[in-house]
Amino acid sequence: MIPGVFTYHRPSSVAEAVAILANHGDEARPLSGGHSLIPMMKLRMAAPEHLVDLGGIAALKGISEDGDTITIGAMTTQHELIGSDLLSAKLPIIRETALMIADPQIRYVGTLGGNVANGDPGNDMPALMQCLDASYVLTGPDGDRQVAARAFYEAAYFTALAPEEILTSIRIPVPAAGHGYAYEKLKRKVGDYATAAAAIVLTMNGGTVGMCSVALTNVADTPLFASEAGDILTGSTLDAATVKRAVAAAEAITQPASDGRGPAEYRTKMAGVMVERALARAAERARS
Amino acid sequence: MNDMTPTREQREAALEGMGCKRKRVEDIRFTQGKGNYVDDVKLPGMLFGDFVRSPYAHAKVTKIDATEALKLPGVIAVLTAEDLKGVNLAWMPTLAGDVQMVLADGKVLYQNQEVAFVVAEDRYIADDAIQLVEVEYEELPVLVDPFKSMDADAPVLRPDLEGKTEGAHGPRKHHNHIFTWEVGDKDETARAFKDADVTIKEMISYHRTHPSPLETCQCIASMDKITGELTVWGTFQAPHVIRTVASLLSTIPEHKIHVIAPDIGGGFGNKVGAYPGYICAIVASIVTGVPIKWVEDRMENLSTTSFARDYHMTAEIAAKNDGTVTGLKVHVLADHGGFDACADPSKWPAGFFNIVTGSYDFPTAHLEVDGVYTNKAPGGVAYRCSFRVTEAAYCIERGMDILAQKLGMDPADLRIKNFVKPEQFPYQSALGWEYDSGDYHTAMHKAMDTIGYRELRAEQKAKQEAFRRGETREIMGIGVSFFTEIVGAGPSKNCDILGVAMFDSAEIRVHPTGSVISRMGTKSQGQGHETTWAQIIATEIGIPAADIMVEEGNTDTAPYGLGTYGSRSTPVAGAAIALASRKIRNKAQMIAAHMLEVSEYDLEWDVDGFQVKGNPQARKSMKEIAWAAYHAPPPGMEPGLEAVSYYDPPNMTFPFGAYFCVMDIDVDTGVAKTRRFYALDDCGTRINPMIIEGQVHGGLTEAFAIAMGQEIRYDEIGNVLGASFMDFFIPTAVETPHWETDHTVTPSPHHPIGAKGVGESPNVGGVPAFSNAVNDAFQFLGSTHIQMPHDAWRLWQAAKDLGAHG
Ligand SMILES: Cc1cc2nc3c(=O)[nH]c(=O)nc-3n(C[C@H](O)[C@H](O)[C@H](O)COP(=O)(O)OP(=O)(O)OC[C@H]3O[C@@H](n4cnc5c(N)ncnc54)[C@H](O)[C@@H]3O)c2cc1C
Repeated sequence: MIPGVFTYHRPSSVAEAVAILANHGDEARPLSGGHSLIPMMKLRMAAPEHLVDLGGIAALKGISEDGDTITIGAMTTQHELIGSDLLSAKLPIIRETALMIADPQIRYVGTLGGNVANGDPGNDMPALMQCLDASYVLTGPDGDRQVAARAFYEAAYFTALAPEEILTSIRIPVPAAGHGYAYEKLKRKVGDYATAAAAIVLTMNGGTVGMCSVALTNVADTPLFASEAGDILTGSTLDAATVKRAVAAAEAITQPASDGRGPAEYRTKMAGVMVERALARAAERARS
Repeated sequence: MNDMTPTREQREAALEGMGCKRKRVEDIRFTQGKGNYVDDVKLPGMLFGDFVRSPYAHAKVTKIDATEALKLPGVIAVLTAEDLKGVNLAWMPTLAGDVQMVLADGKVLYQNQEVAFVVAEDRYIADDAIQLVEVEYEELPVLVDPFKSMDADAPVLRPDLEGKTEGAHGPRKHHNHIFTWEVGDKDETARAFKDADVTIKEMISYHRTHPSPLETCQCIASMDKITGELTVWGTFQAPHVIRTVASLLSTIPEHKIHVIAPDIGGGFGNKVGAYPGYICAIVASIVTGVPIKWVEDRMENLSTTSFARDYHMTAEIAAKNDGTVTGLKVHVLADHGGFDACADPSKWPAGFFNIVTGSYDFPTAHLEVDGVYTNKAPGGVAYRCSFRVTEAAYCIERGMDILAQKLGMDPADLRIKNFVKPEQFPYQSALGWEYDSGDYHTAMHKAMDTIGYRELRAEQKAKQEAFRRGETREIMGIGVSFFTEIVGAGPSKNCDILGVAMFDSAEIRVHPTGSVISRMGTKSQGQGHETTWAQIIATEIGIPAADIMVEEGNTDTAPYGLGTYGSRSTPVAGAAIALASRKIRNKAQMIAAHMLEVSEYDLEWDVDGFQVKGNPQARKSMKEIAWAAYHAPPPGMEPGLEAVSYYDPPNMTFPFGAYFCVMDIDVDTGVAKTRRFYALDDCGTRINPMIIEGQVHGGLTEAFAIAMGQEIRYDEIGNVLGASFMDFFIPTAVETPHWETDHTVTPSPHHPIGAKGVGESPNVGGVPAFSNAVNDAFQFLGSTHIQMPHDAWRLWQAAKDLGAHG
């Protein structure tokens, strides 16, 4: 439970950080809150030779609104997400989700950037970002590029991020005022990753669903954007038969691992239950 | 002036003696981070040891090459079994009469087994060096399932035992068989079953779990080559036993070994035994002449140092149609892992499992336990329990519920019908124990009235109907558990550890100014001895608890004792403390008589001193007497005021309790919510009600964890799964139910202060309460028994199998 030898860097600008990463290639890793990376290093499942601490880069902090888009700096901690009035007003599902991550100690240091860049299917923010159709700004030696959260995840710990790139911010389109939302997470205890979780954002026009976006956490080796489930629900009145079809569609795309949280069959079913419960809560909120 | 004289009540209150909710004195340092644990001890020149461990559960070790590791700067040595053979320590004896490899000697028997011991200048270097030690393995077929251990073609796990048909506890009937332990009357029991109106039979498993104290096992060994003295600091629940064992193994004379157990961060049985880490640290210190520290990490602790339970119990009960039980038959398949390293009194291979008749008047019973080897870590420690009592309580409490179900009787009523009656105490159980005292009926009725048992049953019935009508997806269970514990090991006639009788001791010294230092053979790991021991002394000799210092854990200064586990401290050391105190009081009485110029028979004890009968103004306080003991003792009397007492208990004590758990289970997710948990404990005389309550809260939290998910699992090739706190269920305050505690008081008739011990009762009684609640909830869907642990996916699975998902 002791990490191997590494060199520690603390750059003060993104350019400097990118330069260090470019210099060391695969041997270097950005360090944000360290609450995913350091446990892996202690288990020697990760053994980077160079750690590039992003904590000294002021430009990576902060939450701002620009027209229809909210931009969150990668180094914004989960605790700061919870405390943000802007997010509470415009994107309350972020607060709801962040409150279900680990425990306060971890949320004080764990960052949004680290959570989404990590590529661990157990992380809660990636599915939420897919649900919200966020995009990630990736900065490398050649400048910035944007990748949609829905296109970012390739396999467990494999993402579209290149070794010399840093995820600098997350851009989220603001959903319509009065939208309904819910993040339902089944876990064994405080501090546990999800057995299964579902994020839902929807709008209601009278009794009909205007739009509906569904994403799932920890039931495959990547977060899952359940587009078919969302499509089935869109335009429906959330009648029992349609909900059942959407739940089945969501369950159908899962490919969970069997582990201490339960066998694959259980986790698939729980993804369905979470979708159903999130939907009920989101619809309730949208109407009120 | 006169109204300044404290009243009798005020003097009594000032003592903070027995019965007082005195705040724990040790918490002042613990809550400020000022405790002194083994890992806080840092010695000049100290080196660190760490283990190379086996990735395989069963393999031959064909080669160990430390060349590259030794090249790493800061690496001092790499020990292997070959090195230990030089000092005859490649293997060590276990408390259960088996032998255990210290370092892999030609093969490994479980994943993470210790293969080589790296000694380096710091922990970081040691861990780097571990990666550089090259070990070659040749994999062998793995035996995980204990039910297959005695198959004819089962792999041979212990070639070292080849041809040994006799083990420490009698004949061995298979190469993976350790012992058979048989108690009771087989023929009589068979007859009871033949004549029975009703019988039940169920295989009830109590899964493998782990005591997981927050502080892992650790030690520092420091050999002084000049004086030939060895000092060992360690997380030892039984420091004197460790000293004796260390002397026997190392041949260093016992007086030249100093064992110090500083503050200990929880033990729960995990810190009773001796582990390879201790032996390797000692050997490495003897070789290098410098102190060696060994500190286990969490995964090492969970995966190697002493699991608990892993008992597979087939229980059969015979009864009459009216519910009267007539016979009990239990067979246990006990999975001991690769070595039998159970920490039981030496003559008890299955601990006190023969308490399995529980609180019920079984006229006859028969018990057989078969211990077997598998490719899992050794252990079998008493995780907050008195030697397999938790397993026994679980077995009988599940069994009684299953019988009630078969008879269509209420489980509480069935228990009451069969309780040992107050007038039957002292009660001889069919499996050989003499229960000291009990009043089960009073306790049970108080508990049922307090929680409103009958109303809860009516509510449950209504809920079941609503569930059937499809109005709710929640089912409700009421768990009943009425346990009888057996604690306080123990009388020398039946308890010893490696030949040392299981007495305990106290030494009390009253200083001239009337303050006290006292030392015991026990060792607190969080139980609060510094607080409660002082309270016993305070009441017995009338000196305020605040003026009494309690010290444990240093074998140079404390009298020899067998340590703290099995709820033995209060029943055994607590008695020694009371008796040593009384010796002091007797001497004080003679001194007071001399001071007051009366005969000692004219004096009577009054709270904190002696007074002349009929003339309470003529009195001497203990403070005055203490001064006189050093200043002007009566002619011919030795000066000083101190005493030592060694106590060999005449019997065990038998605490009991009535626990009720009310639970709601969501059949769609399997998530169970404990709505209420009520625990009534009867531990005899209550020394500190607040500490009792704390002990009960802690034990119930463990019981909740064990019943609802805490588990050491293995896959089919012997990989240990979930050996970290990410998976191993340690409930936080969020998950932990709210506890309601209550009590009755039935003193032990043979204990000097009537106290019985309580630390483990909540774990013993709590697990069946939770499991019975779960099982009770599912009963109406047609289930008889659902195995633990009851984590969400397994309850979901149970609901699915019972057709609850439509
Ligand atoms: C006990 C425990 C329980 C937890 N439970 C949960 C939970 O329930 N849900 C949940 O979502 N998370 C959970 N976490 C993880 C926690 O939220 C982490 O903080 C988070 O996943 C990673 O954020 P970080 O800032 O700590 O990243 P780090 O650990 O510093 O980094 C994680 C990875 O991302 C890379 N990285 C970090 N920042 C960047 C960047 N800006 N650009 C490119 N790459 C980057 C790193 O190189 C590393 O590979 C838990 C952690 C612990 C220890």
